[in-house]
Amino acid sequence: MDQAQPLLEVTGATVYFGADAAIEGVDFRMFPGEVHSLMGENGAGKSTLIKAITGVLHLDHGSLTLDGAPLRLHSPVDALHAGISTVYQEIELLPNVSVAENIFLGREPRRAGLIDAKEMRRRAHAVLADLGLTIDPASLLGSHSVAVQQLVAIARAISTEVRVLVLDEPTSSLDVDEVAELFRVIRELKQRGVAILFVSHFLDQVYEICDRVTVLRDGKFVGEYLTRELLRIDLVHKMLGHKETELKTRSRAPASGSGGDDPFLTARGLTTGKGIRDADVDVFEGRVLGVAGLLGSGRTELARAVTGVDHLHAGVIMIAGTDQAFTSPRRALTKGVAYSSENRRTEGIVAELSVLENIVLAVQADRGIWHRMKPARQRELAQSWVEALGIRPADLDRQAGTLSGGNQQKVLLARLLALAPRLLVLDEPTRGIDIGAKVEIQNLVSELADNGLSVIFISAELEEVLRVSDRVAVLRDGHIVDTLPAAEVTVDSVLALVARAGTDEGDE
Amino acid sequence: MTTIDVSPPPTPTRDSLATRYHTFMSRHASLMPTFAAIAILIAIFIGAQIYFGNFVTPRNISALLLDNAYLLILAVGMTFVIVTGGIDLSVGSVMAFTGIWLAKLLAGGTSALIAIPTIVLGGALIGLLIGVLVQYFDVQPFIASLAGLFLARGLAYVVSLASIKVENEAVLWLQSTRFKLGDWYITPTGILALLVVAVGAFVMQFTRFGRTIYAIGGNENSARLMGLNIARTKVAVYVISGVCAGLAGLVLTAYSGAGYPRNGIGTELDAIAAVVIGGTVLTGGRGYVLGSMVGVFVYGTINTVISFMGAEQSWTRIIVGLLLLVFIVVQRAIVARAERRR
Amino acid sequence: MRNLVKHRLFWPTTALLALIAINAIARHSFIKITLRDGELYGALIDILRNSAPLMLVALGMTIVIATRGIDLSVGAVMAVSGAVALQIIAGSDEPDNLGVVAVAVAAALAVSLVLGAWNGLLVAVLGIQPIIATLVLMLAGRGVALLITDGFITTVNSEPYEFIATGYLIFLPFAFLLAMAIVGVVAFVERRSALGVLTEAVGINPEASRLAGVRSRGIIWGAYMVSGLLAGVAGIIYSANIKAADANAAGQLIELYAILAVVLGGNSLMGGKFSIAGTVIGVLFIQTLDSTILFLGVPSAQSPVFFALVVVIVVLIQSPRVHRWARNLSPSSRSRDAGTPRDVEVAA
Repeated sequence: MDQAQPLLEVTGATVYFGADAAIEGVDFRMFPGEVHSLMGENGAGKSTLIKAITGVLHLDHGSLTLDGAPLRLHSPVDALHAGISTVYQEIELLPNVSVAENIFLGREPRRAGLIDAKEMRRRAHAVLADLGLTIDPASLLGSHSVAVQQLVAIARAISTEVRVLVLDEPTSSLDVDEVAELFRVIRELKQRGVAILFVSHFLDQVYEICDRVTVLRDGKFVGEYLTRELLRIDLVHKMLGHKETELKTRSRAPASGSGGDDPFLTARGLTTGKGIRDADVDVFEGRVLGVAGLLGSGRTELARAVTGVDHLHAGVIMIAGTDQAFTSPRRALTKGVAYSSENRRTEGIVAELSVLENIVLAVQADRGIWHRMKPARQRELAQSWVEALGIRPADLDRQAGTLSGGNQQKVLLARLLALAPRLLVLDEPTRGIDIGAKVEIQNLVSELADNGLSVIFISAELEEVLRVSDRVAVLRDGHIVDTLPAAEVTVDSVLALVARAGTDEGDE
Repeated sequence: MTTIDVSPPPTPTRDSLATRYHTFMSRHASLMPTFAAIAILIAIFIGAQIYFGNFVTPRNISALLLDNAYLLILAVGMTFVIVTGGIDLSVGSVMAFTGIWLAKLLAGGTSALIAIPTIVLGGALIGLLIGVLVQYFDVQPFIASLAGLFLARGLAYVVSLASIKVENEAVLWLQSTRFKLGDWYITPTGILALLVVAVGAFVMQFTRFGRTIYAIGGNENSARLMGLNIARTKVAVYVISGVCAGLAGLVLTAYSGAGYPRNGIGTELDAIAAVVIGGTVLTGGRGYVLGSMVGVFVYGTINTVISFMGAEQSWTRIIVGLLLLVFIVVQRAIVARAERRR
Repeated sequence: MRNLVKHRLFWPTTALLALIAINAIARHSFIKITLRDGELYGALIDILRNSAPLMLVALGMTIVIATRGIDLSVGAVMAVSGAVALQIIAGSDEPDNLGVVAVAVAAALAVSLVLGAWNGLLVAVLGIQPIIATLVLMLAGRGVALLITDGFITTVNSEPYEFIATGYLIFLPFAFLLAMAIVGVVAFVERRSALGVLTEAVGINPEASRLAGVRSRGIIWGAYMVSGLLAGVAGIIYSANIKAADANAAGQLIELYAILAVVLGGNSLMGGKFSIAGTVIGVLFIQTLDSTILFLGVPSAQSPVFFALVVVIVVLIQSPRVHRWARNLSPSSRSRDAGTPRDVEVAA
């Protein structure tokens, strides 16, 4: 790799959302003919930086230069004209028109003011062939797999004079062969001197294709490294940035007696279409099972598979030895299995209903339409939960959408706990919550488990998972790598499991 | 072996049937519903011919175009709107309004050369109102076009509470003249309708404006990111629909020899049904003007069959409604299957 | 005082009262009510009586819209309902017999319920878009009504049946009392049972409701059935009023007026929280406006022009762009969204 001048350079980038800085003082460089990866966990600021580079957001502070000259972007179209093209994770193309048209829409070859379809197909064929692709230009884009659509998106991007190509999670829906084909095309582009930004959470792929990696954490720049000089384990450390290497004290006292041998819920071979494959899970009464893994490893998908939210392609779930077909969240709830979504806003709180109505929602749904809880009883129930969980402001009639994130989470918890479930699956319950509320919720989980409730606790923060759990299931790329007693693991050992190069990635 | 190679063989010498089928499908899948419509049309013809014995005659086919010319024009405009993912419920009322207005202008002595463009402009203005509401004020298309419907229907009665006979030579000529070719005949109104179809089909296939319409229907956000002019196009399709409604008013008035403010009640539904049966998807992005023409002929043929049978005219709407339902359910099933495979 | 202004019924009520006031000033006879033979008469009474069909249709529409749906077929259902009832009465030897009328009404309502269930099936089970699903019945429904009446406008002379539309009970028109009673029952059921809150939950956030175990399918299906049934009652009142089953004229454009009434009442077309009282006010506004237009000497056929204007004004008021303009005009106004920061999950 030639250490030439950087093609694209970002210095001191800062973007505010309200009073908070999504990114602050971030530096970033891209060199021609290099594949550069941007790494970081949720909230690290990756997508903000990408949006700044591609003209979707403005920088509040800092500068952008392209080829040494300052670059001002006011819209995505500006970025396009500057030679910065993006292929989004959600394919931003048109499934209802042809491949050729998708490549050239907006710049179609014309003859006498009318679109020259034949010439367009010919040129599309040339562009595709240039990349070594043999896709029929006249075929409808929608008739192809996601992998092919992505390649067409790349073809569109490079059919203009592209200098910087941004690939946002390009491999999430691809199988092994398709990934190989994509990488071949990427290498082809490298030869041509295109600078490529490869955003992905698949560590193995990053190490396979990328030359350089920049790590962000909490909106700040951690460092830029050459992939050949950085160990995976070090990369993961930098992304997660914990200080201690071993936790001395855990607040989860080793449980005594009950809950021991027979699991309350057993799941075998869980596979959904969305990223969890062949997962086996045992959940014991009064025990907390933590789920650890990097972003994208399938944590949420596992939760949704166990609770009837997602459709199972394969696998069984058994409670007390009987096979349960959780065809819907409702069925799961009748069996005492409750799911608290990580998307509080879109899948949790019903924003325009009051705190009271939100808390009693599940109980009311369970009782059915015709047996309304007496208003006094509703109020009593909601009030008791508001006090127990410390929901603030303690105004039952306030619209739930106006509460802070932490309090919304508590309302959601109250709703599920009011059902007296037997298994509570908490997906990122403390995300985006201040430290005080975080500790409250963690202690609550412990208390609930002590009282006999089974809990599955998912969090991106490893220390939190270890602190709260009795056992930890470690996920990587949709598989459960191992399930270990929390007492026997440290953050480091979990990271090692997560970061370890996959030896058996063949089965997809 | 890569899973990417979906190319057609370079020289189709000894292709397997399967490959050719696959290629054809991948290129023209969105034509399938239109083929289905054509098949249905042919089936109805064959069935009617067998049942009545003298159904498929040049006279009857010519009459088909003559009787449904107005609906054909409406369907072209409706196709433009629906492919962008919108809908226009005002066209029946706009047709009635422009029709009665034309009759009144002509009765008042205005020359046809002035009256006709005037009423078409009127239709265009109502379309413009709807388009602006949809694009610039984020009003849902069906509400915006409902406002248009109210407006046009009321205006029709403002023009005249009763029907007005047309005695203008030029306009009557449009309908009464027949260009004959053996037993086949066509009227100027029929020619106008076919012309509108031809222009509409051409614009949608070969101009950037037309391709932008498909883009908006496919994924409006992507279309915007591609730098296409969404705003202008979305407003324009409603204007086009209004223009078509104006032309349909002309044709209908010529056909019946009078303007009638009660015309066109429910006609927008007929147009929508014809367009959907012809292969246009109501969620947008797919559809062909020529397909809509087939849909109109399906509608017209069913109507003719019903009247041949001496049955109630209302059966036409019922059967068309059921046919529409079948198409919608099939469309939904296809979408559901595609989603489940993800 | 501020709480009063912020109440969601404030503006609808104010608009209605203003319209009544304008009318009262323009023609003093407007608010004059006379008592004759134990029956009240007057322009206001006429408004109450004439509002009955729209009141019922708008009630059903309110609930359907609350589930994020729409029912465009209500006019057609009205036509079918009237056709069924009248065919039975006309076909019987004793059109004045209360029993015959009762059977006719029951049959018409049963058919309307089935039609509503049909719509519900398409939307709740097959997952078809509500506009499209109800469009089918809107298209075919009147045809069915015409078939039932064999293409004619069936007329009857039946005292009990006519009473529904023109009779009086306790000083007030029976039709109005019937409509208000039904409104009362529906409102009672919605709020006394959990149906109201669950319907709102489904409309506001269908996915969160699903995760909370709410039976969305049943609720949505039920909403369309109710809409159909109420349209059926409206159809009976309408046909009793004209003593005929006019399949083409029955419920002409009523779906549009119903949607307008729902929106005027402060309800959102996007679904969620709904107010039946708001819709009632919206209906009364529309009827009063109709009466005003008639008083101005405008032929009733031309009144849609005015309503087009009302629709445009209402949607403009609700439009985000207009909100932005308004906010820009008053520089001191703080953004009302300050309390709920937009989700800035930079998840990637």
